[in-house]
This record gives sequence, C-alpha cells and structure tokens, in this order.
Amino acid sequence: MSLQGIGVSPGVVVGDVHRIVHIDVTQPVPGTAASVLAALDAVATDLEHRAENIDLDIAKDVLSAQAMIARDPSLEEALSQILQADTQYNDVRPAIEEAFSGFRNALLSLGGYFAERVEDLDEIAHRTVLKLSGLEAEDVALTKPSIVIAQDLTPADTAALDLNYALALVVEKGGPTSHTAIVARGLGIPAIVGCAGALELSSDLTVLVDGREGVVIPSPSAQEVTQRQDHEASLRARAESVTGPGRLADGTAVALMGNAGNENDALSAAAAQAEGIGLFRTELLFLDRQTEPSVDDQVQMYRAVFDALGERKVIVRTLDAGSDKPVPFLNAVTEENPALGVRGWRLTRIANDVLERQLEAIGIAASQTSADVWVMAPMIDTPQEAAEFASRARAHGISHVGVMIETPAAALLADKVLAEVDFASLGTNDLTQYVMAADRLDSRLSDLTSSWHPAVLRAISQAASAANELGKPIGVCGESAANPQLAAVLLGLGVTSLSMAPSAIAEVRGYLAGLDLGACHRAAHAAINAFSGEEAREQVTQILGN
Amino acid sequence: MPSQVVTVASKVGLHARPASLLIKASAAAGVPVTIGRVGEAPVNAASMLSVLALGAKHGESVEITVADGDNSDTILASLVEIVTTDHDA
Repeated sequence: MSLQGIGVSPGVVVGDVHRIVHIDVTQPVPGTAASVLAALDAVATDLEHRAENIDLDIAKDVLSAQAMIARDPSLEEALSQILQADTQYNDVRPAIEEAFSGFRNALLSLGGYFAERVEDLDEIAHRTVLKLSGLEAEDVALTKPSIVIAQDLTPADTAALDLNYALALVVEKGGPTSHTAIVARGLGIPAIVGCAGALELSSDLTVLVDGREGVVIPSPSAQEVTQRQDHEASLRARAESVTGPGRLADGTAVALMGNAGNENDALSAAAAQAEGIGLFRTELLFLDRQTEPSVDDQVQMYRAVFDALGERKVIVRTLDAGSDKPVPFLNAVTEENPALGVRGWRLTRIANDVLERQLEAIGIAASQTSADVWVMAPMIDTPQEAAEFASRARAHGISHVGVMIETPAAALLADKVLAEVDFASLGTNDLTQYVMAADRLDSRLSDLTSSWHPAVLRAISQAASAANELGKPIGVCGESAANPQLAAVLLGLGVTSLSMAPSAIAEVRGYLAGLDLGACHRAAHAAINAFSGEEAREQVTQILGN
Repeated sequence: MPSQVVTVASKVGLHARPASLLIKASAAAGVPVTIGRVGEAPVNAASMLSVLALGAKHGESVEITVADGDNSDTILASLVEIVTTDHDA
C-alpha cells in the first residue's frame, strides 16, 4: 500500500524509516519524591551528553539550554514541596505537572522569548515521565542515513536533527511552503508534505520516497525502485544537459538566480551557475539571536554572502521578521493575527532603529565588495511605503532599490509602487496566502494555497504588466519559480527573472531551454483563464509537455 | 547579609545572556543568592527558571541579596556589575 502526499522536493531514495513521534504516557506512573528527582537528574545528564556529542551549533545551544533548565534548583524545590519524602505515590504525573505549571504560566504570561522556553519545559517534563515509566524518549537525533518521518518538523526539530543523515523528509502535515519543504529543497533531498498515515510506517521498514510524485512505497520491489530511479535520472539528465546563463529556445535571456540565507547557500548558488542571488534572506542571521547583531557584525555577515558571488548581482531583502519567523528581540508581543500584523517593513513602526542600522550595515558592506548589491524591503503595501523605503535606502548609498510585491494591495497598485523604486520581486508564497486568504501552513487548505491558482496568477500578471510598461525588472523569488512549468508561465506573464533554491536551478534551466517565448505566452494565457489551480496545471502541461 | 538595589541595564531585560551570566555567577558564589523586586518575595538567583519568571525588564529596580559568607561583599559587587551592565551594547 503506497502513501500519497504532496511532493515538494524531487528525488528518489530508498532507506530505513526514522520516526519522530511524541509518545503519550496514558498509564499511571508510580513513584516517590526520590525517584522523580533521580529521573529528572537522568534527563539532565542525557541532555548534557547529547549537547556534547552533536556537531550542529544551533542544536547544541537548544540542548544545552534544556539541560540547564533540567538542572534548575527551583524545579527540584517545587517537586520536593509537592511530593512528600518517603511516600509511595500511585501516580506522580499530576505532581510533576503541578511543579512545572508554576514556571510554565509565569513564562507564558511574559510572552516572546520567555514563552518559547515553555516548549523546553514541556519537553523536560515529558522526558521525566518517560524515564519513570521505563520508556525511552525516541531520540530525535539521527545516527545513520534515514528517511525522517514526523507529524511536522519545526525549526527546533530540524536544529536537533543531524540533517547530514537525512535521506528524505516525509511529514503528515504542512504545505508546499512549510518549513520542512524549504529545508529539504535547500538540502536538495526529496521531501513530501501532507502525507496522511506516514507515521504509521514502522521504524524497521525500508521505504521508497519519490519526492517529485509525492509517493511513499513501503518495502518497494526492485522493479519499482529501478523504474522510478530511471525516470528521475532522465529528468535530471535533461537538467544537466544545459549549462550557462538561462535562455529559452528562441534565445530570450532569462536571469536564473538563487535564494540564499547564508554564505553556504550563496556558494551553492554560485556552484549552480546562478546569475546571482535573487533573494538574500537576512532574517536567518537574526532568528537565533537574543539580541540585535551590531552593525559591524552585520557588515561581516553580509560581506560573506556578497563575496561568495564575485561580481554577480545580490538582491538583499531587509529583515522579514514576524509571523512564522519571530525574532526574539523584536517580536516579543503576542499578536492576534501575526501574518497580518507587524512584520517585514512594518517593523519600522515598532523598531525603526533596527531597520535603520540594517540599511547602514548593508550600505557599508555593499561599498566594500565587488558584488552588484541591490536592496528590497518585504511586505510593502503602498506607494508611500515604497517611497519611504527608497529614500531611506538611497541615503545609505544603495543604488538599486526595490520592493517585494507580496500583498494584494501592492499588486493592485504595482504601477504606483514601481514608480517609486527601481525594481520589484514577487514573493509568491506570501502573495498566494494573502490573495487566497488561506494560511499556507494549514494542510487542510493546501488546494487553496497553490500558486497555480488563476487568482494568484492574475495578481502576478497585473504587477508584471505594470513593470514591463515602466521598463523595470520584475522577478519572482517564491517557491513557484522552482517549478519548471510554473516558471514558464511566470515568464509568459512578463516576469524577467526567477530566483529559487540553488538545487532547483539546473532543472528549471534545462526545462526552459526547450521552450520559446510564444509557448510561455500561450501557457500563461491558458493558466490565468483556467477554472481552478488544478485545471491551470493540466492545461499548461498539455501545452508545454512534462 | 549584604544587599543592594540596582537598575537592570540590559535592553532586553533580565533574560538570555544577562540572565545566564547572573545565574552562573550566583551558582558559583558558594552561598545562597536571591534577587527580587523590592517588597516582593525574592527568588533564587542561581535558578534560570526563577530568574526568567521574575521577568525583570530594562530600567526596573531589583534587589540582590547575598547570604553571609567569607566574600559576600565581593560577590555582591560582581553580581551588581552584571545586572547594571548593558550586555547587548
């Protein structure tokens, strides 16, 4: 019985299942004050060992912080107050919950960074109960090459995993733009999201994962493996047959660029013959920080990425913190509706000086490098915001200033917005979520969060036409640029450059090399007039082929 | 028992790095150290959870108390320095 999900990162692999599950303890757990304290101590020791033995810095920090909390004298004190010495309890779970809940509530009420520590507390409480009940917590860390199966992977999970051992990622929840999908594409390993029933696969099973088709096959036959691997290989061969700058069959130039969050990504993009970085996500440098990096630190971090690209173009996106990417020192207030709240450029309303210092640092780094540095702001909604950003960025000596178009307002007003700046980049992940009013992290809505939807394509068409009329470059830096057929549709709509995960560039380049601009126009026309996202995809496949 | 009321200098308040420096120094003190708002029950300054849950913000006054011991005054001075330094600057 094979399982079907949404393939979000192509590739075919066969490997052993490594499940990441939360074991629920449903039986009473007998114990004494002494046994509970001993279990807590053992949990702390485990965490210390794991922190010591892991190479990944982020994971080491998360584990050391958890170990420190497990060793906290106040926790021991609280437990000793609730559990009387020399008393045998039939079930110690309520006492453990009570002891932790005081700290839990205090941290939750403080919000922001403090509230994030609640996850750590819960993890420690859970591990303590598991120890007492004789069950071992399933270790998140990978010790051999495996196929990782989970309900969903949070950034904290991916930090704790040693991703060098991950052959593929399969999750039951999540959509095409979820964290899991982005991480997998970044690593160039197959991934499937929204795969119902995946966690029921047992840990000793060998499975095949086809990240292009979104299929998981338990105990595959040799024939199935060969067939899928050959098909995948032929598609890859096409990708590898074309090199150099992006070009359609009729010679039309298409700038193919890479998305990057750090120096490693930038190096991968350079290796994939990207014409530059179309999206340098600076928030990744801020996400794991408790305090703002200094201007000097920022200059260094930006320089590292710029210098990896030689004289090529790098489009820097200013801090896009907020919503699903909170930065500890900025997003301390809990918002009712973070996706619609103070995020992206809107952060100037609450932390104006942070953005100002970032522009200063980008300006300095740009003046010290041979890379061609362009800068854009995320979540620009209005022409006023575009004008304000442009004048502030130019004041720091930045010559090419642009905006992200990722809200319906900015797409509708693209002509006015673009009049204020030099270029625009369509962030199709957020644009899709906002045009469709559908949370991209909610797998129940995955049919509504497809960038194939004609409503999304029409918003893109409007923005691209406005840019074409003004003669200004307009790119796409969302995940849709990484889908070869959708990439062709975007070009047909008037988009002039495509930026994607470096691992996707070769395939898009190979696919586009077989098409001319007329075919892209026909595909775009059919797609924006389709009845649904599904129909748009089918018609485009008919026109362009696989 | 020597004690002193000081103002939290760190912009982020008493968490993350400033909190962890305070906790490590308090744990190394060898004698009990407490911290709290004036007039409220103080908490164990060697406890990450208690110090975090205290939630002392930038600019707030807190009282640090070191139990009597050989070097109580020196220990107090070093803890005061940690809390009154802006570690994020």
